[in-house]
Amino acid sequence: MTAATDTSVASASLPMTKALNAGLRRAMLDDPSVLLMGEDIGSLGGVFRVTEGLIAEFGDKRVLDTPLAESGIIGTAIGLAMRGFRPVCEIQFDGFVFPGFDQITSQLARMRNRHEGGLIMPVVIRIPYGGHIGSIEHHQESPEAYFAHTPGLRVVSPSNPHDAYWMMQEAITSNDPVIFFEPKSRYWPKGEVRFDESGTPLHASRVVRAGTDVTVVGHGAMVSVLSQAADLAQAEGISLEVIDLRSISPIDYAPILGSVQKTGRLVVTQEAPGFVSVGSEIAATVAERAFYTLEAPVLRVSGFDTPFPPAAVETHFLPSPDRVLEAVDRVLAY
Amino acid sequence: MSATRNDATALVSAAPTPAAHTPFGLDGADTCVRMISPGGVFEPNAAAEQFLPYLDRLTEADHRRFYRDMVVVRKFDTEAANLQRQGQLALWVPSHGQEAAQVGSAYATRPQDHVFPSYREHVVGMIRGLDVVDILRMLRGVTLGGWVPEEHGNFHLYTLVLASQTLHSTGYAMGMQLDGSTATGNPETDQAVIVYYGDGASSQGDASEALVFAASYQTPQVFFLQNNHWAISVPVARQSRTPLYLRASGFGMPGTQIDGNDVLASFAVTAKSLDDARAGHGPSLIEALTYRVGAHTTADDPTKYRDPDELAYWVARDPIVRFRNYLQGRGIEQEFLDAVDEEAADFAADTRRRALDITGPEQSVIFDNVYAEPHPLVAEQKAWLDRYEASFDEGEN
Repeated sequence: MTAATDTSVASASLPMTKALNAGLRRAMLDDPSVLLMGEDIGSLGGVFRVTEGLIAEFGDKRVLDTPLAESGIIGTAIGLAMRGFRPVCEIQFDGFVFPGFDQITSQLARMRNRHEGGLIMPVVIRIPYGGHIGSIEHHQESPEAYFAHTPGLRVVSPSNPHDAYWMMQEAITSNDPVIFFEPKSRYWPKGEVRFDESGTPLHASRVVRAGTDVTVVGHGAMVSVLSQAADLAQAEGISLEVIDLRSISPIDYAPILGSVQKTGRLVVTQEAPGFVSVGSEIAATVAERAFYTLEAPVLRVSGFDTPFPPAAVETHFLPSPDRVLEAVDRVLAY
Repeated sequence: MSATRNDATALVSAAPTPAAHTPFGLDGADTCVRMISPGGVFEPNAAAEQFLPYLDRLTEADHRRFYRDMVVVRKFDTEAANLQRQGQLALWVPSHGQEAAQVGSAYATRPQDHVFPSYREHVVGMIRGLDVVDILRMLRGVTLGGWVPEEHGNFHLYTLVLASQTLHSTGYAMGMQLDGSTATGNPETDQAVIVYYGDGASSQGDASEALVFAASYQTPQVFFLQNNHWAISVPVARQSRTPLYLRASGFGMPGTQIDGNDVLASFAVTAKSLDDARAGHGPSLIEALTYRVGAHTTADDPTKYRDPDELAYWVARDPIVRFRNYLQGRGIEQEFLDAVDEEAADFAADTRRRALDITGPEQSVIFDNVYAEPHPLVAEQKAWLDRYEASFDEGEN
């Protein structure tokens, strides 16, 4: 059996799966009330191996292989949290969260409010999400807007291994429920994880590449697409400022508004369908708050308003660097 | 491109008709645990035999308390329905007819246990130490909750989405196992959970998932299913073609059907089930056959869908009348019965007065406690609403 990730070194080059594993392990070492729950997360280590080695280290009272029932996982996690535990639930794939949707939106998100502040709900729900992996139906979706729309939840998504390591620990120490979206297509590329350096605050967005002409915003796997787009644009003499949203609810608008002050142009991007989406919300808010600095309408580059298509055509559905640049060209044409 | 294949409107067939409803179980079924006959005579049936030792725990004072609580809560229930009719409550959820199932099971709990109600278990809350006016606060629309469970006998908040609480209770019971608060061999401190739900809620997926998790982790837990025969207008025959207690064996736990209008049966069977749960023998299910004599809520009109003969059948098996006949058979003095009636009337009148005094809340509850930690959007909107509303005051000055 593969051991959990070693975090005693100053830094390491790790894929996001291992960084998440290290973050979970660190949180479990720091706080004995942290529990992991989910399908196949024990001896298998999860279908993506994010929890690999943790049952061997912490035992089956801290790492619970559950029956195959998402509402059951979330509903019992609520009870465990009421009892004083800090459950971290794994939903196996994005499209499988919906059997647990009622427990998340009607119960988990409101439990503290209903109790008039008398309890906390420190539950993390990990959801591998997004396309680019060529999989079958219900395995490539981006349902983050449903959760961002629900008061009482916090919603985040790391784009790289370093953030994944730190954001996981911050999510677990949060006293509010956190929906933690893990971009599957970024699970395997390695990145530097600095174990000795604390992370950016959980709900901070961040400029990951400075630029002057157009601001482009995205989260999760979109951040690497935006970086590729910025490289291509640079070759054409166009400078993109790339912002990694990191937090979907709440949204940290300061870096976005600061960037738009500079560029006057904004393109928001996401894999999810664009209608009533996170990108729509950002576009509306920036229009409200930065109207006089905008030189062009805020444009959205999204998945289409269709079910996620068969994988054979997913590259036509998912926003690519070229689709981002098409929107960049349009905002520059104003 | 294939043609749409399911547009043949002519092929829509009639929905199957559920079996004619029969008030099964209460009379004659020897699998249904009963201690007191409908006429009020102590004559335990064969199914009751293994539970008889649990009745030894009850004193004469306990019997009086059972009766007193059933009478008081019925009077309270009537008064609360009146309050709703007079516009003082948004809604009321009557418990008329289900008093024995609730009182017996509630007295079987120990102080260290946790109780997860549905939304009709008013007397269970009373017995656990809740001020019923706190229940009225929720139904008067001044709070979404109403009380702090740990300060009121571990009686958790009402849950309005059916069967959601079954999963919370199972998770809570899993927590008792994980933190070592149960199955230590000390019945004075070992903890257990009892969760209330109903025949309608038994059809919800969450109820099944809770039973799966409970059986899988062998939680210290009792599922107390009050089969009151109606889910608003839909009879139990639409929910289940098999007696609901039989479902327990499919999940791998013991299931017992009781005469839910027999307070002693409810006490004894719940006491055994909770003892077993505290001792580490895992979960079990009790189906209490009872009847929702009143409406589902004050928004409902059962005369539109219920057979008056069925109602008459159940009214003739009233749990309070039955227990009064039983107590009278044991020689209880009339003065006690009269005093209980008087106490119930006083309790209801006092409840009415206090319900009318319920005030609040401040508008800040819209924003408070949505999150435990600071949230910029909520903080911004709270500040905006304060400024907006203050602007009207400024206009007047």
